[in-house]
Amino acid sequence: MKLTLKIWRQNGPNDKGRIVDYPVNDVSEDMSFLEMLDVLNDDLVRKGEEPIAFDHDCREGICGMCSLFINGEPHGPGRGITTCQLHMRKFKDGDTIYVEPWRSAAFPVIKDLVVHRGAFDRIQAAGGFVSVNTSGNLVDGNAVPIPKDDADKAFDAATCIGCGACVAACPNGSAMLFVAAKVSQLSLLPQGKPERKRRALAMVEQMDKEGFGNCSNTGACEVECPKQISIANIARLNREYLVATVTKE
Amino acid sequence: MSKLDSKIPPGPIDKKWTYHKGHARIVNPANKRRIDVIVVGTGLAGAAAAASLAEQGYNVKAFCFQDSARRAHSIAAQGGINAAKNYQNDGDSTYRLFYDTVKGGDYRAREANVYRLAEVSANIIDQCVAQGVPFARDYGGLLDNRSFGGVQVSRTFYARGQTGQQLLLGAYSALMRQVGKGAVQMFDRHEMLDVVVVGGKARGIIARNLITGEIERHGAHAVLLCTGGYGNVFFLSTNAMGSNVTAAWKAHKRGAFFGNPCYTQIHPTCIPVSGTHQSKLTLMSESLRNDGRIWVPAKLEDAKAIREGRKKGSDIPEADRDYYLERRYPAFGNLVPRDVASRAAKERCDAGYGVNKTGEAVYLDFAAAIERYGKQQASILKIASPSKEKITELGRAVVSEKYGNLFDMYENIVGENPYDHAMKIYPAVHYTMGGLWVDYNLQTTVPGLFALGEANFSDHGANRLGASALMQGLADGYFVAPYTVSDYLADDIRTGPIDTKSPEFEAAEKEQKDRINHFLNNKGSKPVDDFHRALGKVMWDKCGMARNAEGLKQAIQEIRAIREDFWKNVRVPGRADEFNQELEKAGRVADFLELGELMCMDALHRNESCGGHFREESQELDGPQKGEAKRDDANFAYVAAWEWLGEAGKAELHKEPLTFEEVKLTQRSYK
Repeated sequence: MKLTLKIWRQNGPNDKGRIVDYPVNDVSEDMSFLEMLDVLNDDLVRKGEEPIAFDHDCREGICGMCSLFINGEPHGPGRGITTCQLHMRKFKDGDTIYVEPWRSAAFPVIKDLVVHRGAFDRIQAAGGFVSVNTSGNLVDGNAVPIPKDDADKAFDAATCIGCGACVAACPNGSAMLFVAAKVSQLSLLPQGKPERKRRALAMVEQMDKEGFGNCSNTGACEVECPKQISIANIARLNREYLVATVTKE
Repeated sequence: MSKLDSKIPPGPIDKKWTYHKGHARIVNPANKRRIDVIVVGTGLAGAAAAASLAEQGYNVKAFCFQDSARRAHSIAAQGGINAAKNYQNDGDSTYRLFYDTVKGGDYRAREANVYRLAEVSANIIDQCVAQGVPFARDYGGLLDNRSFGGVQVSRTFYARGQTGQQLLLGAYSALMRQVGKGAVQMFDRHEMLDVVVVGGKARGIIARNLITGEIERHGAHAVLLCTGGYGNVFFLSTNAMGSNVTAAWKAHKRGAFFGNPCYTQIHPTCIPVSGTHQSKLTLMSESLRNDGRIWVPAKLEDAKAIREGRKKGSDIPEADRDYYLERRYPAFGNLVPRDVASRAAKERCDAGYGVNKTGEAVYLDFAAAIERYGKQQASILKIASPSKEKITELGRAVVSEKYGNLFDMYENIVGENPYDHAMKIYPAVHYTMGGLWVDYNLQTTVPGLFALGEANFSDHGANRLGASALMQGLADGYFVAPYTVSDYLADDIRTGPIDTKSPEFEAAEKEQKDRINHFLNNKGSKPVDDFHRALGKVMWDKCGMARNAEGLKQAIQEIRAIREDFWKNVRVPGRADEFNQELEKAGRVADFLELGELMCMDALHRNESCGGHFREESQELDGPQKGEAKRDDANFAYVAAWEWLGEAGKAELHKEPLTFEEVKLTQRSYK
């Protein structure tokens, strides 16, 4: 099929950036969206032009590196998939496709479609862990039984890949779903409970410092999340945060 | 005398590690604060080692080329992690895990290392649970296990089909905790370009900041390479796009021997190649072989008709199907180990029975499982004489419950519903057992330079068993390196900070800058991927699932020609001082082009078949094992460790003899 791509080009953080048109021919429906960009880049290099910079790594939907805003949606059309899992059969001949980077004050553009998501790492470093050192002498993994339901719910939250689609989808640029996923996972498990209050406070505080917006319950994050993480986790984060705040000494 | 000293501790095998830990030197806390350690790579091995060493009090600098430490390719591991917990009371033990791993590796691994791996495996599970890793649990709240290929017990711990992700996020959280404390300095979007050796010891690295393009010098008292495998030398593999050999290869060129480079694992169940645009291959979990039956048409004309689109798989009557694994290996059937299943698929496709356009695919069929489960459900639900449709409906629900996410993934990529049409699969490069040669301490032949996880050669011999890669990465990072690296660093308490203005750093930096400038000023005509693709094809055709002397000799010539062409004609656009992905690729492919030749040399010299390395000249010629791999223990029971001699294609072979005191060498039979 033939397509018209309208792609965001930006030389660096200080460049203003603009949309550039790229007509592409011979797109096979078996290609993934990123393979279609590979073919375009191959062509650009041969012509002596600068290829389009975009993030990607595992190309199987789990590393969280890919990050395109396609026709106004993070990771493009389709639910429960990342950009690297999007295939061209979702498009038809003659389509025009807009491709942009994540847009958020907390995710500055590095080049073209590549953004910096270090803010997520800093939120994790603020409290997204259980304070346990490496040791060969811990209690046995079965010493504390965990109800299957809690383990399953914790797992559902833990599937977050940290891609930032929730932030890109949110009209406020909020990182609540990302933070909620980690807080939920650890507060649902007995191992995470001793630090739950400290964790909720520290992660939210860091989130605010990074310049993410507030949650106004639009629910866009849940719809666009490639791992379909529920906003019920945000409700849990709010409860955790509230309890932590009012019981703070 | 051999230059290789494996430093295996004395004593009986089950006491070696305890003895070694007890006799390892330690560094007191005040001195640790004066010692710097560099960890390159933040997968399971790297994140675990960086976190553990920082907890001990060392100053750690951790590097990854991704935009966050959490994205290392360990994250993509699906199936699970082995541990000898014996929670199922099915006779598992440290010894049995050790035995299975040595046997599964086709007797080409070092016994003492494997025993230690089995010994610390149980600690890994405890450690991960304590970190909040949400392993699968049963209704009693206890940890659940599943079975994996090549073993007779149920010892695999898992977190749905995302075990690697959950374990890595656990290690990443431990790492970020240390980053938050300032004990680890994290350098993401940084690529290590060289290791710097001063006075015979590894004293730092040269790295490129991938955002600004700046070439940086980092000094340290020890350098740990946790940089994964080199499967991307084949261009197409299940590895992430960025996975590369550069760190390990540069270490090799600075004096670290490369162990068993030809040992590659080809995974039997991957989604076949769909066209020339293909950038990577996707694995379908080994667990599918529990219920799927693998087959091709028994008649050549049927296979041809399917390839030409005149027939579908479902048109072929039962009598005209060849369930070749069940036919050849009645005892293990569809559950033979990975290397055996892969070769059998290739054999059928080479003989003309492949079932997709390219002729390189076989069926993985769930129709029988759907019917079996459907009937079972009908009887559970007490449905008398259910219709065929009802059975199918019930059966699909069961299959969907077990493998739903994998079926969705398949449909998403292929565009065909695997409930209605048998899946098409083909083997693909998945893991490399070879890697930097290390001693029992995980130290390479360069003092102060360690290699952990898939980057080293040590534990899997010639074939890795499923669910053992995660085990090794975490064992090395959490439980081995913290002891052995400390022992090494005990000599460095008076060294003081490493001077990065020394001539060695100067020269190493200049070398890297010159290389980058060469690429950018070359003004050739072909993009990097052209060369990578060409290399991959040579490797796959001649150093892939089956190898022979003539093909390998040709491959070496062809790789040399591609390499020459690459340096003359590669085109790398853009500048050095900016984010430049083509430049990153060029550096990686340049190293793959040298590694590829060494792999072929190693495969050529190893004139036996073992594990993932199958030499056509070395197979059973008659008897019940006809056509199966034939090991040659008399001549090849050693580790091949290659020393760089100054230019690509020149390497000296050193041999570390493998002695088996615990396990008796036998032929692996799955008949």
